[in-house]
Amino acid sequence: MKKEGQVRIPSGCAISGIFARDGERIGGEEIVRSIALMHERSNGLGGGFAGYGIYPEYRDLYAFHVFYDSTAAKEACERFLERHFDVVNLSKIPVRRMPEITDEPLIWRYFVTPLPTRLVASQLDEREFIARCVIRINTSIEGAYVFSSGKNMGVFKAVGYPEDVGRFYRLEEYAGYCWTAHGRYPTNTPGWWGGAHPFAMLDYSVVHNGEISSYDANRRWIEMFGYQCTLMTDTEVITYLVDYLHRRQGLTLEETAAVLAAPFWSTIEQMPPKERERAVYLRNTFASLLVTGPFSILLGFTGGMMALNDRLKLRSMVAAEKGERVYVASEECAIRILEPQPERIWSPRGGEPLIVTLKGEA
Amino acid sequence: MKRIVNGLHFQALGEEIRRCKDSTVELCGVCGQRYIGAAARDKHIRMTGTPGNALGAYLDGGTIEVYGNAQDATGDTMNEGVIKIHGSAGDATGYAMRGGKIFIEGDTGYRAGVHMKAYEEKTPAIVVGGRAGSFLGEYQAGGVIVVLGIGNTGGEAPVGYFCGTGMHGGRIYLRSSVLPRSLPEQVCAERCTDADFEAVRPLLEEFSASFGRGETFSAEEFYVLSPNTKNPYKKLYTLSGG
Repeated sequence: MKKEGQVRIPSGCAISGIFARDGERIGGEEIVRSIALMHERSNGLGGGFAGYGIYPEYRDLYAFHVFYDSTAAKEACERFLERHFDVVNLSKIPVRRMPEITDEPLIWRYFVTPLPTRLVASQLDEREFIARCVIRINTSIEGAYVFSSGKNMGVFKAVGYPEDVGRFYRLEEYAGYCWTAHGRYPTNTPGWWGGAHPFAMLDYSVVHNGEISSYDANRRWIEMFGYQCTLMTDTEVITYLVDYLHRRQGLTLEETAAVLAAPFWSTIEQMPPKERERAVYLRNTFASLLVTGPFSILLGFTGGMMALNDRLKLRSMVAAEKGERVYVASEECAIRILEPQPERIWSPRGGEPLIVTLKGEA
Repeated sequence: MKRIVNGLHFQALGEEIRRCKDSTVELCGVCGQRYIGAAARDKHIRMTGTPGNALGAYLDGGTIEVYGNAQDATGDTMNEGVIKIHGSAGDATGYAMRGGKIFIEGDTGYRAGVHMKAYEEKTPAIVVGGRAGSFLGEYQAGGVIVVLGIGNTGGEAPVGYFCGTGMHGGRIYLRSSVLPRSLPEQVCAERCTDADFEAVRPLLEEFSASFGRGETFSAEEFYVLSPNTKNPYKKLYTLSGG
């Protein structure tokens, strides 16, 4: 298959997210209804969802969702998993057979915890250990691809329209405090199962509408730190940038947003001194991590969700609140279909992150 | 008058509106259907709910009225007619508009009036009751944009960054005690004169009447932005700097 940059498919995308600040568990069918309304923004070449709080019975275990091209890939991957993890539970991810979704790979789920001896020997903290194992599987085991690797969360994605993907994965059987969704309309790169959104690493997941002009500059920088962009699409790199900045560098989410969507120098000049100093520092230190080109993204993480537009706001994004629920979507209608009368509805400015977290965990 | 109830796909809805022989069409509870009233020229289309993108694109006459918010690209390339939004509108409102009028009671998003133009008797107008986002009137080539800043209390102009960037025709009226913090070189900002005000008085009256609002406006509340007549674009194309 040809990679990013080698092929161009001339052809927007749709994103939607729901968050319950009080932790109330929202059924997966809700997010499906929202994304389905924006059907025309997708072209059937990819749809996907991320749910948080969906595996309370295994909340302390990492949930790996894995695509396999063949049983040989599955056997090789399972040998790797057994060497590095205590596999507490494994099963096929339940799906619904339907004509709209075809050519599915083998789709498996593993609830795992690192083997203590392995973890100690690695001299890594647990999350770094997990991240490295995921990268290792995805780059060295042919035909195996871990597309979800966080605790008490999961990604579900496929080639197809998002509403069909949601039915395929029987999302109505899951419930969580946060859901994000994506309908894909690939513009530059092939539509394939691994290339559908969300892209996840540990508990971070990203859905993205847009096109990243800075992909190669971002990729070259991030690959210096052990990440490998293998998925033939630009969005993957955003997930790694977030993992690097937020988890590894310890930046706050606001700072992470100020790196990804750094204000123009002309805008920085107009800031009050303290704010200006911080903006200059972040822009200079992480110059290569500025993401240019149009984007609206939803970042899911344990206990929260962040919405962010590029600094020019070249993609649409609307947010709304009602009680403890927060909604974000590419179009207002995708919010109104779930909540006809929000208390507040607004569009965050370009580069201005909207961050919501569970009450009591902020 | 014909009433159409929501639930239709945008193509079916568009088809029904086009086939409708009544001059007034009422849509109940629309939700995201694109292109409503596209290229219509002789209808009065009223709706509740949230119409989808490109509402009234290529509109060529008649009236579209929304009792709610509109999404992106309202009145894209419209040529004639009136669009009234009893609520707010999203990004790129009146994109490349070449005639007709858009009235928005609330706010509008980024890039309103981008590439707006005028020709002979055609002078398009956008009136925004609240605030406008960044890039208002970017590359504006003609027509009138008015931002009233009603409810704007922040001590800042009711527009975002980069207002009028690349402007080379038309005018932007800002009802504000201060100018936007940075205006591009191509833009000339002056206090509104009585003559300037008279030019937009009918638009302001139509705005107030449309939404049943009681605000009164006066010339001294406004700034007028227009292209800098020194024409800095010459510097872009000639060595001597024009």
